[in-house]
Amino acid sequence: MNNRRPKFLALHQIKLPLPGVVSILHRISGALLFIALPLLLWMLQCSLRSIETYTRLTDALQQPLGKLVLIALLWAFLHHFCAGIRYLAIDLQLASSLGRARSSSRWVLAVSLALTASIGIWLW
Amino acid sequence: MVGRIVSGAHYGLRDWLVQRVSAVVMALYALCLTGYALAQPHLDYDSWTRMFSSNILRSFTLLALLALYCHAWIGVRDIVMDYVKPAGVRLVIHVLVLLALILYFFWSVQILWGM
Repeated sequence: MNNRRPKFLALHQIKLPLPGVVSILHRISGALLFIALPLLLWMLQCSLRSIETYTRLTDALQQPLGKLVLIALLWAFLHHFCAGIRYLAIDLQLASSLGRARSSSRWVLAVSLALTASIGIWLW
Repeated sequence: MVGRIVSGAHYGLRDWLVQRVSAVVMALYALCLTGYALAQPHLDYDSWTRMFSSNILRSFTLLALLALYCHAWIGVRDIVMDYVKPAGVRLVIHVLVLLALILYFFWSVQILWGM
């Protein structure tokens, strides 16, 4: 391969279109959820094992740090979920025109943020 | 000889399909579990463990977790292939991710049936 092709990787100057923003956030949220897997499994374990571990878990999640982690993971899940539904729709050729790709990206960002905010406020 | 590397892609449709099927399984599970949890009059330890004492929910949970681990494998592998260039490092990361996911699977069985 020709390694002397021009490169342009000034990340602060590249302006991603909206579907690109949804795409990179899909990737970031997926990576975040993967990294959090042991934490999530541990939480499931605590919630089911005994009333003591359940109480300790809910107490920890009442702390500000616990709430922040929970809300961050909630956003990652909701964004990944909404963006994933969008990709499945695109596979079914439901949103393949440029205009629809843009508007559905806006919907994904808005719905996942709005859901995160409302559940976050309810949690807090 | 074509320069194929052992930690590269499989160049196939199978992973693409697995990614979509597992996504649908997880989405259905997430909606069902959320609906089921919200349908409980009081969501506390008793109702939560009662929900998970049914073998149907346990099996559905394990199925969704299995889908999650397959889905995570393909997703993480794609990310690693994009950003990690040296084949050796890539192979090491792939093996570690796979081993972790297999361990998570056994852990999941223990959580669901060992309570």
